[in-house]
Amino acid sequence: MAIVERDIRTSEDAPRVNYLNNGYGLKSWLLTKDHKRIAVLYIISISIFFALGGLFASLVRFELMTPEGDLMSSDTYNKVFSMHGIIMVFFFLVPSIPATIGNFLVPIMVGAKDLAFPRVNLLSWYVYVVAGILGTIAVVGGGVDTGWTFYTPYSSTYSNSNVILTAMAAFLAGFSSILTGLNFVVTIHTMRAPGMTWFRLPLFVWSHYATSLIMLLGTPVIAITLVLLMLERGFGFGFFDPNLGGDPVLFQHLFWFYSHPAVYIMILPSMGVMSEMVACVARKRVFGYEFVAFSSVAIAILGFLVWGHHMFVSSQSTYAGMVFSVITFLVAVPSAIKTFNWTATLYKGSIVFDTPMFYVYGYLGLFLVGGLTGLFLSSMGLDIHLHDTYFVVAHFHYIMVGGQVMGYLGGMHFWWPKITGKMYPDIWGRVSALLVFLGFNLTFFPQFILGYMGMPRRYHVYPDEFQVLNVASSLGASILALGYLIPGAYLTWSIFKGPKAPDNPWGAKGLEWETTSPPPTFNFDETPLVTEEAYQYGPIEEH
Amino acid sequence: MADHHHGPTVRIYLAVFAALMFFTVLTVWVAYRDLGPFNDVVALGIACTKATIVILFFMHVKYASRLTWLMAGAGVLFLLILFAFAMADYVSRGWLGIPVSHYLQ
Ligand code: HEM
Ligand SMILES: [Cu+2]
Repeated sequence: MAIVERDIRTSEDAPRVNYLNNGYGLKSWLLTKDHKRIAVLYIISISIFFALGGLFASLVRFELMTPEGDLMSSDTYNKVFSMHGIIMVFFFLVPSIPATIGNFLVPIMVGAKDLAFPRVNLLSWYVYVVAGILGTIAVVGGGVDTGWTFYTPYSSTYSNSNVILTAMAAFLAGFSSILTGLNFVVTIHTMRAPGMTWFRLPLFVWSHYATSLIMLLGTPVIAITLVLLMLERGFGFGFFDPNLGGDPVLFQHLFWFYSHPAVYIMILPSMGVMSEMVACVARKRVFGYEFVAFSSVAIAILGFLVWGHHMFVSSQSTYAGMVFSVITFLVAVPSAIKTFNWTATLYKGSIVFDTPMFYVYGYLGLFLVGGLTGLFLSSMGLDIHLHDTYFVVAHFHYIMVGGQVMGYLGGMHFWWPKITGKMYPDIWGRVSALLVFLGFNLTFFPQFILGYMGMPRRYHVYPDEFQVLNVASSLGASILALGYLIPGAYLTWSIFKGPKAPDNPWGAKGLEWETTSPPPTFNFDETPLVTEEAYQYGPIEEH
Repeated sequence: MADHHHGPTVRIYLAVFAALMFFTVLTVWVAYRDLGPFNDVVALGIACTKATIVILFFMHVKYASRLTWLMAGAGVLFLLILFAFAMADYVSRGWLGIPVSHYLQ
């Protein structure tokens, strides 16, 4: 293993004013226009929702330890898994990386002082907070039991829970992500530093560009779909209820037109994180940079053409299903390109065994399983057996948790020194990354088997022979929870007690590592001039 | 963007407003006639016309940069994708014949 020369400059020789100490007090935070402070606000708020969503997940896993429904009634169980899904998708995963790490880094990475519309950025956080409060009121005031998918006619006609309030909350959360996406697109188009051409952009920026396109093109559709749902439920307009002349499957079309692309909102940003970390960890330029960049855009566009794969088991026509199935197989290609290219980047790289590397490896393995099982589900015939079973649940958790959450945590560890100016104990980082990886697999791998054996999702009573695997899954979930709690603890500790971080603790490339840790309010003392490609990791100096 | 920006005048705004009102009245009026298969065509036609006017003038797209045109165009394109693929389902649903439970036969 080669020894990497670390940058030993610390922030002590840096200018004393940085974005964190430039003004204290609540007002300086709540009225800030600084994208870095807004990122911090987002980190705090999505962490709260992650904890809340996690709480509901624990309730689900508790209930499923036994075949009987002994902990809660069926009605309560419906609410618990619905609120888990809704909170995790709309209030954690969608904003998870873009609104936090993305908000912090996109302007710095393109060499700008801030995002194009700083006030709009702050507005997006406020919209998110209002959405969060509405969502919380819906939860506290009795909850919602439609699942995160809000399928009609149950949601529009039969459910007795807080559907309208929750839909309103999801609607608003969508607007907050539209605002973020808009800001990124304009910033990336118009505010790149001199010399920062499109093909010099870090891949993190490319993946955020692609994510933003989906946010802009897809989110309005879910917004209007939720409005239609509220109109039908509240005022009896007939869109989806056959009794009123509507078509329930139309809701599924509209919902998945957004929500399949939205699953890419929930994975592309972590792919960007991966590209940055893989290059640094292997100390090489990302293999096939252009391919990785364009595969992000390809995913964003192709991702809009496959939504019908969620509807193979519905009245959707078989012929439409076949078209959707074929295109779904195609959309796996750009994801595969990325996975192969990261692996090729690691090949003969000089691997550095720090915490970020653990997340890189974990991500590669988990995303691979998640992506490949997606192909099982895209096969129309097989999906008739697997649809609405635990196999699907395992599939999307491998991607959304194994992918995006791993990317989020990995990214937080990678850029933590930059964001906070503090170092965390690396050994704890490695231990908790391992716990996350092991706990995750123990939680979700058994669910593939359960689903394949025929255990349906969204039921809390199951036959006795499924118990062993369910207990294994619940056990894994507690290990996973530990793996999430430990970073919460030592990262918080590091803010107060951690050693000062150097400007570039990993010896990484990229504009964000050229400014101080934490960066000054306007990111750079003078506008950077970019003269080289991304990831110019030179030969390593051997000692 | 800002340099070659000549937004709509008040006159244009008023004209757009009048047009929108006219089409709204028209919508209500045709809703009471039975045009047979043309019911949907006419209703959608009016709606699209109104949307186009709003996008071009109220949302200033007519006066915006080419990049904005591209983005707005992308929005329309993706809307067409939504229609096309959803219609692909509705049109081809009957092709395999309607499956009927044998209890009903
Ligand atoms: C490699 C590409 C992928 C393929 C081929 C694929 C395929 C599929 C298919 C066919 C289904 C429907 C299964 C069913 O309901 O019977 C499905 C469900 C799902 N997938 Fe994927 N998928 C892929 C990537 C992703 C990604 C990247 C994410 C998220 C980040 C994701 C999240 C989901 C979710 C959330 C569901 C279930 C939704 C629900 O019913 O609640 N998938 N996937
Ligand atoms: Cu999908």
